[in-house]
Amino acid sequence: MKNIYYKILLITSAIALGSCGDQLNLEPAQSIDATTALKSSKDVQATLIGAYSNLEGSDLYGGGFYVYADLLASASDINFFGTFQGLSQIANKAIPINNNFVANTWLNAYATINSANIVLKSLNVVNPVDKSRVEGEAKFIRGALYFELVKLFGKSWNNGNPSINLGVPLILTPTSTVEDASVKIGRNTVAQVYAQVINDLKDAESFLSKPSSVTYFYATTGAASALLSRVYLTQGDYAKARDAANKVITSGAYKLTNTYADAFPFTGQGVRIFNTTEDIFAAQVSEQSGSNALNTYYASSSVGGRGDIEMSIDFLNTYEPNDDRLSLFTDDGSGGYSYSNKFDNQYGNVKILRLAEMYLTRAEANFILGTSVGASPESDINRIRARVNLPPISSITSINQILDERHRELAFEGQWLTDYKRTNTSIALSPAIPSNSPSLVFPIPQREILVNDKLVQNEGY
Amino acid sequence: MKKILLLCFSLVFVLSAWAQERVITGKVTSTEDGSTLPGVNVVVKGTTNGTVTDAEGKYSLSVPNGATLTFSFIGLKTTEEIVGERSVVDVNMSSDIQQLSEVVVVGYGTQEKRDITGNVAQISSSSIQNLPVASIEQSMQGKAAGVFIESQNGKLGQGIKVRIRGSSSLSASNQPLYVVDGIPITSASQSSNGAETNPLADINFNDVASIEILKDASASAIYGSRASNGVVLITTKRGKSGKTNFTLNYFTGVSHETGRRDFLNAKQYVDAENQAAASAAKLDPTFDYVGFNTKRLARYSAGNNDYQTAKINTDWQDLVFRAAPINQIDVSASGGNDKTRFFVSGQYSDQNGILIGNSLKRISARMNLDHKATEKLNIGINFNVARTENHRLSNDDAFSTPLQIVALSPITPVIDPRTGLASGILDIAKGIPNDNFPVYYNPLISIDNASYIATVYRTFGNAFASYQILPGLSFRSEVGTDLLFQTEDQYLGALTVRNTGTPNGQGFNATTLIANYTTNNFLKYEKVIGEHTFDILGGMSFQKSTSSTSSITAQQFPSDAYKTISSAASIVSASAGPTNFTFLSYFARGNYKFKDKYLLSLSGRVDGSSRFGANNRYGFFPAASAGWIVSEEPFMQDVTFLSQLKLRASYGITGNAEIGNNFASRGLYGPANYVGTGGQAPFQLPNPNLKWETTAQTDIGLDFSFLKGRISVEADYYMKSTSDLLLVKNVVGSSGFRTFTQNIGKLENKGFELVVNSQNLVGDLKWTTSFNLATTENKVTDLQGQVLGTNDLNRAIEGQSIGVFYGREFAGADKANGDALYVLNSKNADGSINRGTTNNYNNAQQTVLGNPNPKWYGGITNTLSYKGFDFTLVFQGVQGNMIYNGGGQYMSASASNGYDNQTTDQLNAWKKPGDITSVPELRLFFGNGVNPSSRYLSDGSYVRLKTITLGYNLPQIATSKLKVERIRIYVTAQNLYTFTSYKGWDPEVNADYQASNINQGVDFYSAPQPKTITAGINVSF
Repeated sequence: MKNIYYKILLITSAIALGSCGDQLNLEPAQSIDATTALKSSKDVQATLIGAYSNLEGSDLYGGGFYVYADLLASASDINFFGTFQGLSQIANKAIPINNNFVANTWLNAYATINSANIVLKSLNVVNPVDKSRVEGEAKFIRGALYFELVKLFGKSWNNGNPSINLGVPLILTPTSTVEDASVKIGRNTVAQVYAQVINDLKDAESFLSKPSSVTYFYATTGAASALLSRVYLTQGDYAKARDAANKVITSGAYKLTNTYADAFPFTGQGVRIFNTTEDIFAAQVSEQSGSNALNTYYASSSVGGRGDIEMSIDFLNTYEPNDDRLSLFTDDGSGGYSYSNKFDNQYGNVKILRLAEMYLTRAEANFILGTSVGASPESDINRIRARVNLPPISSITSINQILDERHRELAFEGQWLTDYKRTNTSIALSPAIPSNSPSLVFPIPQREILVNDKLVQNEGY
Repeated sequence: MKKILLLCFSLVFVLSAWAQERVITGKVTSTEDGSTLPGVNVVVKGTTNGTVTDAEGKYSLSVPNGATLTFSFIGLKTTEEIVGERSVVDVNMSSDIQQLSEVVVVGYGTQEKRDITGNVAQISSSSIQNLPVASIEQSMQGKAAGVFIESQNGKLGQGIKVRIRGSSSLSASNQPLYVVDGIPITSASQSSNGAETNPLADINFNDVASIEILKDASASAIYGSRASNGVVLITTKRGKSGKTNFTLNYFTGVSHETGRRDFLNAKQYVDAENQAAASAAKLDPTFDYVGFNTKRLARYSAGNNDYQTAKINTDWQDLVFRAAPINQIDVSASGGNDKTRFFVSGQYSDQNGILIGNSLKRISARMNLDHKATEKLNIGINFNVARTENHRLSNDDAFSTPLQIVALSPITPVIDPRTGLASGILDIAKGIPNDNFPVYYNPLISIDNASYIATVYRTFGNAFASYQILPGLSFRSEVGTDLLFQTEDQYLGALTVRNTGTPNGQGFNATTLIANYTTNNFLKYEKVIGEHTFDILGGMSFQKSTSSTSSITAQQFPSDAYKTISSAASIVSASAGPTNFTFLSYFARGNYKFKDKYLLSLSGRVDGSSRFGANNRYGFFPAASAGWIVSEEPFMQDVTFLSQLKLRASYGITGNAEIGNNFASRGLYGPANYVGTGGQAPFQLPNPNLKWETTAQTDIGLDFSFLKGRISVEADYYMKSTSDLLLVKNVVGSSGFRTFTQNIGKLENKGFELVVNSQNLVGDLKWTTSFNLATTENKVTDLQGQVLGTNDLNRAIEGQSIGVFYGREFAGADKANGDALYVLNSKNADGSINRGTTNNYNNAQQTVLGNPNPKWYGGITNTLSYKGFDFTLVFQGVQGNMIYNGGGQYMSASASNGYDNQTTDQLNAWKKPGDITSVPELRLFFGNGVNPSSRYLSDGSYVRLKTITLGYNLPQIATSKLKVERIRIYVTAQNLYTFTSYKGWDPEVNADYQASNINQGVDFYSAPQPKTITAGINVSF
């Protein structure tokens, strides 16, 4: 009898002791080990999709890039009534170096750049048939992010010498170990960053093709051209800006929607809507993924937003009385303030590049250069005006006619700050803030300077 | 042939024994008060022949000639009587102070208290039974020295902070390891709403026989890499052989809030807003603040001018607090015979929260069974099933949590006269809920239109066998499971749109299944050789925990009549996936005793875990301790006033393996999908060196008792230094990563603990006092220069206690203009601190403003009994900690945040030059002193009358008529009164949505503790 117990005991212990060692090697199930993440073409393309996913983050093209720029450019026209202190600070142009929105913009942009760099480093495993598209899209994403970063964190192109002014660090290789993540890299100059942006976007322009359908929403050659046109305009290189814009318009891939409201479709409740005919590039949002930060901050709470940002009656008065675009404002009932309805669709896409901007850019560049490439400035401007039920202008006599139209058409689409800076237009506060004021540039995030002493802080912080 | 012979021999023996037996009777009474003692074991010495005294203390038993009877009962001195020629043997038994807590449960065994060289605190079942609280830790509050217990708020079943000898981690868990009947259980929150839940609320603590808390390294190191935060051993009740004993406990009662915060009434509110608008107009003449204010007040007055006459004066707190009923019934039976013993229990507990909409129901059943299969083999099982249903509220940060209702204006009517519905439900003009009336979303809408129910099904089960291999050598094997299955069902109706942003309802459903398996297999050897006593133990343990979760969120319901996900038109998000961890461990302990006075104990554990990095898979955790029972020495025999004197010292290394993410050491990619297409992105850098956090703890202790043991004292000094702290260190962000987790930080805890137990009065009137007091001084010593923290003021800073409040020092209102002032606290050229003030928040330097950790904490329990009456009085308190009112920037904001109702202290605001006050001028929308600062800090010390109970045992005449053994009726009040200078709802607080190791002592619209009064009855038969 005793022996049986001994045997049971022995066997149990042997089983228990013997089989457990392996049990310490568990594999994660909700994520995968980095060493197995980039084995195939599909893996690399999934990483590219991951880069789009990060790109549409709420601090980046999910809306943050544009909201923050608009708040920085705000005078009494755009009013921030919300409770996020970090956004109040941006609107007040008094940003502490530890502002979270600023830090998250920096960090999330670089996380996305890292994804793009991983894709670019792993092109050798991508199927030949997909290779140039994958490369083009990754470069589009990287170029776009460096463009947004250099605009927010560096002085504008026309403010002093861009070859001396500091931009942001250019990181072009992927990070996979803590050693990589500990290398301290200083800021490249504004000119160096712009050069990289243009290189990436030019590559994207040549590697990518036209959209396969209206609803195709990944980066295309048209998106690259349109963004290049914006880059050149920012640099004051009107000829290149005009030609790039013209290339987009004449590609025939895009068409203005019938009405202004159609460009910002909303069916009464939040539903995913694919690109319109006029969207050149947009960050897609659906019930399941992404977030529309423009909806969050501009839309009222009845349609999923916070209603943090409202427009003054004075701003509405800058529109001509019959302007259809006025129908996309709703008085909040408090007297004198209105919500914008452009972003009422909680799951609507976030417009990054619209065809309307290309007409406005071509008109502006043609007017400055005295040319009529593609069309006359009057014809382009009147095309924008006609859509919103405004009478044509027979002759444009001042650049301001074009800039004002641009201001109204692209309201709350993140372009005002750059427009003020490149045209040396002060912000109409009292006292006015000159467009080259250091307060219109983000600080380098404090957390970043603390870990990377090679970074030099911006003037005024 | 041999067998037959044997059989015959036995028969003859038995028969002859039978022939010589006779029946004797007797009665057992107490020496102290002469009362009869039921339930005393009466056994013929040297046999298993025995019985138990009945309700009147009487027994009868057949005994052989020349027998000696042994009378025993827990807490009484065992008495032997030679029967002789007597047929009636009456016995007096006296209580045995020494024996009261003689056996202490320790890791993988038990030990006699006098032989223990480590530090183990013990809480008896009697001191926690039938308390009207939701979970076992709450019942322990104030009863063990050095064990700090704090509820986050007064919501039921929510997270509870337990800190044994301080916080030993910054980013890993600081909660102790909980072991129930030898099996480590799942104790981490499984909540989906941002506020923690407490899986210990599934335990019926009336099933608990004792709680032992292993505090020093000597006691806890046998739990190795999970012992740094202390170990709480929970042992459940087991049957005793003898007649089956039934008990029934029932209580019923009601809870109220312990306190309220004072807010402005309608008239005061209107005055304050008018003042605020007028002063804002002075600062910015370009905007018509006064006109704007008039419109807003009319809006919040439901679109009329009633506000001007204060016609409506709503105290919103009245609408969310309630008299909350509480009921609990439980029955148990225990008994058995020599071979088989059992304990069976069932409980139904129904508690309602003091905030509307909150309740917790628990149904629990348990069976513990022991069976002696042979003289050498014992087997048994413990089996517990429970169901806990928690009707939860939103976290403290949500507009929908009931207590955020205080932000609404007192001029707003509860019922909107324009609609006849609750304010906020309908905007007549739009036909949908209001989006700007009242000031914020009205949480009352959620009470009728939203629900969030978390239901937990829990099974604790373990089977064990122990086998006596040789005299002194035994083997024990245990296999246990803790299955936790939770469903969470939430529905947010269409009318909650202002809060949820979804106009047609939102549903959320989540399930969590945690299967936690453990096996322990160990050998034990006990041997006495002359004056040397050895007690050795060694074995292995394997644990695997697999957690599977899934959740789904959906929107667009046909109507609020449809509440399940299957009726939703749009799935917004869904997720499912498992995660798991394993531990493979080998442990050993040796206790050595020489001459009954020199004690030595060595223990150690090797822990391997899947959580640790490839380069550090296994860790070793040793401990040593020694004790000297000085009072046993010959030279002490003349020192008669001392009954016992023992010196103890221990040192050991323990670990903390609760490093959060099970795969923290790996380089990881995770899903990053883009509108319908699967994608991935890297999110974690690899660290193959990642391991447990290491704590080295020294404990020096002194136990002594005097006056024949009536007063006993335990005093300890401890020092815990923790290194290898997991520190999330920022990396260069332009790399694409933010942080990297490394074992690099250090911190330490040291303190004193004092426990005094005294029997003040014995005899008819008994009075005992148990007192404990502890200090913990926590200091973060190495953070690599970082300052950690995520909320307004709590920070971890080198040289300071974890979570200190760090920020700008508020200096009141500027006498001249009413601006908020801050102390500069900058360094002068000579190194001194500039105590000048500034009205520019950014110019003031940050400084340490206070500590959320108490300096002292403890409790005192007094029990008195006289004849049938018993009386218990428990006080519990903390001293020296600060509380930060995180909601201050809204509710005590010089009316500058907008239209939040303000606390009454804002009436003292600056009004004209020369006013000296701590409240800056009221200024509508011109935030005046609302940034985080010491303005919102206050002393959080308190002493609470935790429990007061008066009980009465019905006299025997009554009980015997009712044919029961004992009936006790009682009334209990929990949290009856709190002595504190804190002006908020309640000083025991830590805002649930942000509570963490560093975020402590924050009040953010957090519900106060319940003050509960119950009446109950205990019946035994």
